[in-house]
Amino acid sequence: MSNKVKFVIDGKECQSDEGKYLVEAAKDNGVYIPTLCNYEGLKPKGSCRICTVKINGRLATACTSPVHEGMKIENYTAELNEVRKEIIELLFVSGNHFCPACEKSGNCELQALGYRYEMMAPRFPFAFPIREVDASYPRIIKEQNRCILCKRCMRGIKDEDGKSYFAYKNRGKDSLVVADRKLMSAMSPDKAKEAMEICPVGSILVREKGWDEPIGTRKYDNAPIGSEIENK
Amino acid sequence: MKTTVNKIIKKYKNDRYRLMDILLDIQEELGYIPEDLNQMIADELSISKVELDETISFYHFLTQKPLGEYTVYLNNSVTAGMMFREDVKKTFEEQSGVLFGNVSSDGLIGLFDTSCIGMSDQEPAAIINNVMFTNLTPFRVKEIVADMKEGKPVEEMHKQNFGGGKNSSDLIQAVVKNNIRRKGPVLWDPYEPGEGLRKSITMEPGDVIEEIKNSHLRGRGGAGFPTGLKWEFCNKSREKERYIFCNADEGEPGTFKDRVILTEMPKMVFEGMAIAGYAVGAKSGVVYIRYEYLYLRKYLENTLSELRKAKLLGRNIAGKNGFDFDIRIQYGAGAYICGEESALLESAEGKRGEPRDRPPFPVEKGFKGKPTIINNVETLAKVVKIIKKGSTWFTNLGTQESAGTKLLSISGDCRFPGVYEIEWGHSIYDILEMVGATDVQAVQVGGPSGILINPNQLPRKLGYEDLGTGGSLIIFHESRNLIREVVMNFTEFFIEESCGSCSTCRNTPFILKQKLEKILDGHGVVQDIDDLVEWSKNLKFSRCGLGHTAGNPIITSIQNFRHLYEKLVQRDRDYDTGFNLAESVKESCEASNRSTVV
Ligand SMILES: Cc1cc2nc3c(=O)[nH]c(=O)nc-3n(C[C@H](O)[C@H](O)[C@H](O)COP(=O)(O)O)c2cc1C
Ligand code: SF4
Ligand code: SF4
Ligand code: SF4
Ligand code: FES
Repeated sequence: MSNKVKFVIDGKECQSDEGKYLVEAAKDNGVYIPTLCNYEGLKPKGSCRICTVKINGRLATACTSPVHEGMKIENYTAELNEVRKEIIELLFVSGNHFCPACEKSGNCELQALGYRYEMMAPRFPFAFPIREVDASYPRIIKEQNRCILCKRCMRGIKDEDGKSYFAYKNRGKDSLVVADRKLMSAMSPDKAKEAMEICPVGSILVREKGWDEPIGTRKYDNAPIGSEIENK
Repeated sequence: MKTTVNKIIKKYKNDRYRLMDILLDIQEELGYIPEDLNQMIADELSISKVELDETISFYHFLTQKPLGEYTVYLNNSVTAGMMFREDVKKTFEEQSGVLFGNVSSDGLIGLFDTSCIGMSDQEPAAIINNVMFTNLTPFRVKEIVADMKEGKPVEEMHKQNFGGGKNSSDLIQAVVKNNIRRKGPVLWDPYEPGEGLRKSITMEPGDVIEEIKNSHLRGRGGAGFPTGLKWEFCNKSREKERYIFCNADEGEPGTFKDRVILTEMPKMVFEGMAIAGYAVGAKSGVVYIRYEYLYLRKYLENTLSELRKAKLLGRNIAGKNGFDFDIRIQYGAGAYICGEESALLESAEGKRGEPRDRPPFPVEKGFKGKPTIINNVETLAKVVKIIKKGSTWFTNLGTQESAGTKLLSISGDCRFPGVYEIEWGHSIYDILEMVGATDVQAVQVGGPSGILINPNQLPRKLGYEDLGTGGSLIIFHESRNLIREVVMNFTEFFIEESCGSCSTCRNTPFILKQKLEKILDGHGVVQDIDDLVEWSKNLKFSRCGLGHTAGNPIITSIQNFRHLYEKLVQRDRDYDTGFNLAESVKESCEASNRSTVV
């Protein structure tokens, strides 16, 4: 049904289906474009901005841009990589991330990106915001210190009627992602697990659960994020 | 309370898309939206409660608790500050016994800040219970608070004359002044309602689009996109259900020209929408207008009724069989970002005003997913004149690349602030002479998202060749402290108004502000100036124009006034943490009655 199109990423000839989102199309060709708010199968919402590339010279998020014939894409450039690193740093300093004590450490996409982009000390001052851990729901704990407001949970975790368990609150720098009390009180264990897994960081935790895998064997412990795509 | 709310929801047929109207109506009836009814409202609309909270908490003017029998929203834009807002604010606090951000203990008076309310030529201004108060002074504030204590309705508090023009009409009765300083050849060309529309229906819809294309009319909302081309894109869509939106959000600080157009010539704007409707075959139009202009509501609704009576809206309009077009007015609830076209659509669909990812553009997938044309108030008014007098008449005005005229909103340090319709192509220098401004230190062109230019740049010209702008100019006299009064104010504006979706725009402006504070506090070093420039760059990676321009106040002021920054930073050291020990422990020292030894 779909047409094949040719496009170029950093000089590499690529091919994919017309209209496929660039992040996925690049992946088909063994090219990794970093993502954070994107989640396969969910409607993209370009909110983290880390997948920003240049398409025909213009900045655009790869997770929301469909590919078309003849596109010229810049991805792995010094300019783009530097800003990506800045974005990672922004997300670290705007929350409270103490990785050694975090349940998600080793499976966390933000942490993994920090390593991949060789973040040492962030250039920006730490905000040390005062945020409460919301442990008032029966199945999950919402760790507000670690939420990066990527909206994955908002887009992915819904009930049968399409109502969202999670939503934004406030705006601008005061934004928070909060959970619905009524829906939460009836959340199934499977849904809770799904929510934890959809979260790229350790902001949604299933109650009374530490971890399954020991440190050293977790997803990003031995190979950098993205290498699974690049080494395919 | 419950029954009132239920009735309102029923009135809008439990339609989730009408959430803005539902919330605004509830607030109008009850003064606030009682939080304990949120679950019920959500259930009625088949959404989760957090989805409802998400919308309510987004909008500045929606509140979940009572904010006083009299709620004062005092504008905090830069021009208000220049016109002694501090004194007005202090007087409000002294007289009412409550600090800003709070409600008095007896529940009588609430005092709050708000972003620019479109009155920059008559500041300081405030909205009290939806009534505009302009040109405030401490004397006047004392009278107002005394009236509040007597329980006088706000409508009866006026001691000034009404503002003239339609502002004085029965349906408006506002002290707001038009300050029309110059009537130009396009907007003030003599006008009979319906003449543009009647002419357009003698043409094929495609020819109407062609005529607008030939006029080289470009959007007057700021971005300057060619209007005819936008209409053509919309027309190309396979979807036949289409919408025309008028963008009357006018939130860019220092801009108030759309308010004057809507006050003096609303029929022209509505007629422009109908012409657009005819051109692309749309049957409904929506005017999205900012909450701050609620005082115009009765008047605008009445204007629509008059047009319906005159058969210029409704069914088979202007005598053309099968040409149906009607307009409804959608109020916002306090969010600058809702002027951004895709955020505007989200808001009009009853959601948070968060911009959408593009593509797709509104002309492909807009309101409720249907092709939608969004044009600025001024753009639509001009359409009528172009159809009436022809594209050549229009292109003969202005310059090569910038056809026609622009309505400017001019405020700040000058003798004649107000609106001026001029042809494109004048230099800023001309403008300053026109408005009576001397000893100018700087001019902000295009509002906070525009640029701050210095006296060497006054020969620069208004027009898409050089300074294409939404038309706001704010003038700063030599005596002004640009960084403290202007750059800081604008940066705070962007922090306040970011929707919070992008990692960049949500976080970076705040970090820049802290840096700016460090410099203003005397702790800055040269590196800090460079950091400001470098750190602003990630904002270009944001989703929408707000993020893209949020660094502009800082970047353009460093470009054009670097010496002011250099004067503030320390020359003798290249590193300073900005940490002040004595200041940090001051409070605890005072509490424990000890002094510091460092
Ligand atoms: C943050 C932001 C705020 C905006 N505010 C307004 C506004 O208040 N009024 C307006 O007409 N356009 C505003 N715009 C521009 C609109 O997105 C859009 O370009 C315009 O309404 C199109 O109409 P025009 O082509 O007739 O100018 C804003 C854009 C951004 C990014
Ligand atoms: S969420 Fe990720 S980055 Fe944050 S503390 Fe946990 S492991 Fe570290
Ligand atoms: S809780 Fe997790 S998934 Fe949800 S917005 Fe925060 S970081 Fe994203
Ligand atoms: S740039 Fe700012 S205002 Fe625009 S979508 Fe992103 S966060 Fe929202
Ligand atoms: S992954 Fe594309 S914006 Fe987040």
